[in-house]
Amino acid sequence: MKNAVWKQLYAFIQKEFYHVFRDRKTLLMLFGIPIAQVLLFGFVLSNEIKNSKIVVCDYAKDYASQEIIRKIEASKYFNVQKATLTHDQIEASLRSGDIKMAVIFPADFYSDLSHLNKAQIQVIADASDPNTATTLSNYLTSIINDYQAEALAQTKKPYSIIPQVKMLYNPELLGAPNFVPGVMALVLMLICAMMTAVAIVKEKEMGTMEILLVSPLKPYLVIIAKTIPYLLISLLNLAAILLMSVFLLNLAIKGSVILLFAESTLFIISCLALGLLISVGSTSQMSAMMTSQMSLMLPTMMLTGFMFPIENMPFWMQGISYIVPSRYYYTIVKAVMLEGLGFTAIWRETLVLAGITLVLVVINVRSFKIRLA
Amino acid sequence: MKAITLDNITKTYDKGKVLAVDKASFELEQGETFGLIGPDGAGKTSIFRVLTTLLLPDGGNATVAGYDVVKQYELIRNCIGYMPGRFSLYQDLTVEENLNFFATIFNTSIEENYELIKDIYVQIEPFKTRRAGKLSGGMKQKLALCCALIHKPVVLFLDEPTTGVDAVSRVEFWEMLKRLKYQGITILVSTPYMDEAALCDRIALIEGGKILSIDSPANTVKKYPGKLFAVKSANMHRLLHDLRDYEGTRSCFTFGDSMHLSFKQDSDNAVSTLTNYLTGKGQQQLEITEIPAGIEDYFIRITEKQNEQHSHTS
Repeated sequence: MKNAVWKQLYAFIQKEFYHVFRDRKTLLMLFGIPIAQVLLFGFVLSNEIKNSKIVVCDYAKDYASQEIIRKIEASKYFNVQKATLTHDQIEASLRSGDIKMAVIFPADFYSDLSHLNKAQIQVIADASDPNTATTLSNYLTSIINDYQAEALAQTKKPYSIIPQVKMLYNPELLGAPNFVPGVMALVLMLICAMMTAVAIVKEKEMGTMEILLVSPLKPYLVIIAKTIPYLLISLLNLAAILLMSVFLLNLAIKGSVILLFAESTLFIISCLALGLLISVGSTSQMSAMMTSQMSLMLPTMMLTGFMFPIENMPFWMQGISYIVPSRYYYTIVKAVMLEGLGFTAIWRETLVLAGITLVLVVINVRSFKIRLA
Repeated sequence: MKAITLDNITKTYDKGKVLAVDKASFELEQGETFGLIGPDGAGKTSIFRVLTTLLLPDGGNATVAGYDVVKQYELIRNCIGYMPGRFSLYQDLTVEENLNFFATIFNTSIEENYELIKDIYVQIEPFKTRRAGKLSGGMKQKLALCCALIHKPVVLFLDEPTTGVDAVSRVEFWEMLKRLKYQGITILVSTPYMDEAALCDRIALIEGGKILSIDSPANTVKKYPGKLFAVKSANMHRLLHDLRDYEGTRSCFTFGDSMHLSFKQDSDNAVSTLTNYLTGKGQQQLEITEIPAGIEDYFIRITEKQNEQHSHTS
């Protein structure tokens, strides 16, 4: 008997994959949307910034600092203005928007470099525009790396110049890398909830649900078989998003990848449960799609804090945000992926997410119809 | 044990506002082919859905293969085959994939019951790699029948299996049902086509949710009260008007290439009086012959009665 159940499950899941891979529209939605979203945001991120005004304060005025400044000047990204400004003056120019970044060479730059083999450069950037700030500091870092490589070739000394980057006004760089956790929540919600809902409603619409009901298939088997393919596809998409953010957007995963996938699986299950619930109340694929978009996509975009800060919302909207699973998932992914925190930092969110998931699954089990009406 | 029993089954929709099945009762012997004959909206599909455990009846009891449709629905689902009125297979799966899928969920395999479906399957086997959605109507029905039969059901439910299928395929389909009958499978089949009714062992005529008559096709037509005449003339269109205007006409309707006519009173000179009347109206090449009533004639006759009773009571 056990064996028969596995056979049924296998045949059912195989059938689901046939549906997915034979429908171009579904396929495009499943794999095109995540890639398009990441690339779209990624394009915004890596948009080239040319001729940004920066100020270079050279307190060293020695051989090495001059060499590096020449390189910075030669770069097409920077429009260099030389001045020895005080810290307050730098801040004032940053605030007024005259300059985007300040690079400061300390007085004994070359002597530190030649004696200790290491020296520091201070970089102060205006992070109120986080995209520009990160891009500029990345460009600067690569120029310094260039210099180090050349110096190593000439003097055989392994210089190490450490840029001390200070992001003003927005030290956490809110905005830039944050879209990746947001996109993850959005994409998983979309694929899991909407696709599951549509897949089940399609069976109702085509009349095949009637035959499935009049068969020895256990209802829970139908649910599992319907959801497993989307769980697998979602995990695949998750991997694709992570790979793209690491290799295309240079956004490193600081925390444990395993933890990230475990938490994602929990979130995916809650999304699948939501999709199942929607399918119970919908009679056509169209209505399932609309319901998913209105009741899932919108809250995910609005109430997770990835597009608009939750603290600034009216009180009642903040209240609603507490029952949106993606809010917790977004916090978890940010903590694990961007801040490199472990499970101890996110157990509360995990617990809430698990609770919501459990409630959804119970509602689903109770509302599954063993008959047509 | 009876294969199917219905005892005063009532089914309503919209919280009792729409009466779909009104105290229907009938029984099927094992191995019997039983036809449920009636027009669209008569309640055929509702009866099917109650018996296949898809809908709960509002009243009455029913059993399939000895199991109660409400309490023992899981046992019923193990041993019946069901072919819904609409083509309900996966259009994006091939013929073979569909069959394999349904075989597996019914805990069997194509090989295991190949004998049962062989006659039907050989006809669609050349197209086994074709997607079900791309098959012709007749092919689709054959595949659906294969899928419903693959687990060797005790009772087979066929809800309007020949609707939307060409004439040749319809004949073929009924030939297949005849062969299944020899395998001992009980078949409940519904159809709006009266000519197919004659191929069943027994038929129930249903209209407005009520079962009007249950008998063999031969006995059903014998119950036709009075005589029935086929009337033909050169101008059929005017003939219909003339016959309906005639005071002795009880009912008259077009049936193929002639009019089927019954008189209010079957007196000896009824035909000659009518002939005079029609000739007076200028009808030419007149032919009036008495014919045996068909199932459709009987059906119209009793539903007429039904309607009259309705209009009297209301």
